Amino acid sequence: MSEAAEPPRLYAAREPVFPRSVSGPFRQLKWWIMGVTLMIYYLTPWIRWDRGPALPDQAVLIDLAHRRFYFFFIEIWPHEFYFVAGLLIMAGLGLFLFTAALGRVWCGYTCPQTVWTDLFMLVERWIEGDRNAQVRLWSQRWNGEKLRKRAAKFSIWLLIALATGGAWIFYFADAPTLLHQFVTFDAPPAAYFTVAILTATTFTFGGFMREQVCIYMCPWPRIQAAMMDEETMTVAYRGWRGEPRGRGRRAAEVETSLGDCIDCMACVNVCPMGIDIRDGQQLACITCALCIDACDDVMGRIGKPRGLIDYVTLADGERERAGAAPSPVWKSIVRPRTVLYFLLWSLIGVGLLVALFLRTDLAFSIEPVRNPVNVVLSDGSVRNAYELRLRNMTGNDREIRLSVATDAPMALTLEGVDGLEITVPADTTYRQRVYLTAPPDSPAATTTRSEPALIIETVGTGTRVSEDTIFHGRMQ
Amino acid sequence: MADKREIDADTQTETTGHEWDGIKELDTPMPRWWLWSLYATIVWGIGYVLLMPAWPLVNSATPGLLGWSSRGEVAADIAAHHARHAPMNEQLLQTELAMVADDPDLLRFSVAGGRAVFLAQCSQCHGAGGGGAPGGYPNLLDDDWLWGGTVDDIHQTVMHGVRDEADFDSRYSMMSEYGSMLSSDEIEALVHYVRSLSNLDHDAVVASPGGELFADFCVACHGDDGTGDQFQGAPNLADGIWLYGGSHDDIRRTITGGRGGMMPSFHARLTPEEVAKVAIYVHSLGGGQ
Repeated sequence: MSEAAEPPRLYAAREPVFPRSVSGPFRQLKWWIMGVTLMIYYLTPWIRWDRGPALPDQAVLIDLAHRRFYFFFIEIWPHEFYFVAGLLIMAGLGLFLFTAALGRVWCGYTCPQTVWTDLFMLVERWIEGDRNAQVRLWSQRWNGEKLRKRAAKFSIWLLIALATGGAWIFYFADAPTLLHQFVTFDAPPAAYFTVAILTATTFTFGGFMREQVCIYMCPWPRIQAAMMDEETMTVAYRGWRGEPRGRGRRAAEVETSLGDCIDCMACVNVCPMGIDIRDGQQLACITCALCIDACDDVMGRIGKPRGLIDYVTLADGERERAGAAPSPVWKSIVRPRTVLYFLLWSLIGVGLLVALFLRTDLAFSIEPVRNPVNVVLSDGSVRNAYELRLRNMTGNDREIRLSVATDAPMALTLEGVDGLEITVPADTTYRQRVYLTAPPDSPAATTTRSEPALIIETVGTGTRVSEDTIFHGRMQ
Repeated sequence: MADKREIDADTQTETTGHEWDGIKELDTPMPRWWLWSLYATIVWGIGYVLLMPAWPLVNSATPGLLGWSSRGEVAADIAAHHARHAPMNEQLLQTELAMVADDPDLLRFSVAGGRAVFLAQCSQCHGAGGGGAPGGYPNLLDDDWLWGGTVDDIHQTVMHGVRDEADFDSRYSMMSEYGSMLSSDEIEALVHYVRSLSNLDHDAVVASPGGELFADFCVACHGDDGTGDQFQGAPNLADGIWLYGGSHDDIRRTITGGRGGMMPSFHARLTPEEVAKVAIYVHSLGGGQ
């Protein structure tokens, strides 16, 4: 080692990325997806759904205080949390499915980090100008113009971030009510705290962190790479067509040894991650396909066919290098692996749907009191006590009538209630203590254990539900 | 060891200089923001240690400048809980005990509160489920009450107890030790007679002098037909429920040695609303009259 080696840098500052604007079908698709996803996120809490006077009228609501999850006509109680678990499993399998078929489409099109960064870049372009103007402003000294533009940009970013944090809290409470409380400084501290944190993170991640989140913070890039194989569609540079790259005129009649790539750097300049796709498949490429649009545009201008950068599979690379045609797109999407993912995903989905529609909206459980197991009354009759839990999972009060089905004679009485009818309030779990009394020397009183059944009948509709329970007679 | 650092052609990054079986490793610099985030966590850590409980000591921990403690949080929660329930407690104290059952919310509130009090204060003798225990711990679930089973009766019993010498208002009665007053045969006759009152197995011949003995010695408290007297806490001898056991030996022991079980008074141990709640709770267990 002849030169005195300077110690290697341990840390390096972020090199800013200034993506150029681009137009094309994939850019259009991304705008559409951004519009739809943002609209869903911001507008969903405001959708109304009438459930009757006793229940909230917000279509999508996570009511933590009352432990309910509302989704349009579906109401999930805490003991049905497995629906959420099922949905999460479906989300996971869905992600495996999409990634195995189409590569990192989540990263490039729908990931919130991508969508919000794209939105922030749009604002940036609107205020500061396109790439060249942005680079100029970056290296410019702080003057009136720079101050003005930066202030405007940061203000709009802050507003978007605030709206983003705000929209989040509306999923957890009634949106119109909470909005009113929020602006009159009447909302619970948790609301302000949450909005503050989400505003800060949206502003920081979308405005400054950008590709650093994908490269250093997020685990998905590393997992997604493991879910792709040589038949997965991914954004790649057709090096066998483009190399050797070179600038310079290409007259149509002049035979050159250069490839189609004219090294115009369009693909590099439009990349929001700041990478060069011609280096090959890399972790930092989120397959947003903007480089495809940029290159196709240039190829069109110089009269060459599109697709120098394109959605191809790694196996296609082998095929094309050998002179064969690439496999059709549908073959990447429908193959054994993706079909398997789809079947698993559907299985769970169907299971959830079946479970959803098999639910009863009035459920009850009987819990025999075990301490003491029975009571002998002064006339010698034996009485057992039970704790009844009636779950009325509808938005209306329900009147129900109790009765007992048993071989041996037994009397049913309710604690604190004359007769056998009670009203279960809407959206409540109602506890009721009931007694079964067997006359002295009756079969139930003298056997250690008998098994009556308790019957719940809805007054009016006549629907009956029955549940077996235990009766303890005198210990023999 | 020679450091063979090279510049990797594709990424323009230095390698670490090591090589394992032909595999080399890039020495990519870490992002500077990551380093500053680490510094920020260190500053946060120092701040946290200063402001919050942090270092364990022998019996406690360093308190921290903010004086926060999880015990303090619990105390605040309990205080908030009491404050939240104050209106209901007030309403309970102003309502007559017998009328509480007409207000479902107040009733539910009282039963829930009463259950908590019962488990803490009463379950030691009466059992967690109120079923009592052999040896004179009454079963609160049946329809046999020594001192009355209305809510007001139960309330009085809880407030002042039974034979609690520390409380002047305590319920009081005494069953004498008849072993010193009667002969063994007389006691035997009484045992059989008493068993006959509730149709238990007995020897009618032995029981025949028992009727007159009963009239002389027992009727004053237990009533003409042995059905008891709730003003005196005298049990009903004609039903199927026995406080001290209904076997021959149990009854003999009762008559010979007398009985005088004690229940402490709770007016000093519980707040007025707690007494009211536990009385309502006990009344709702199935035997309430």
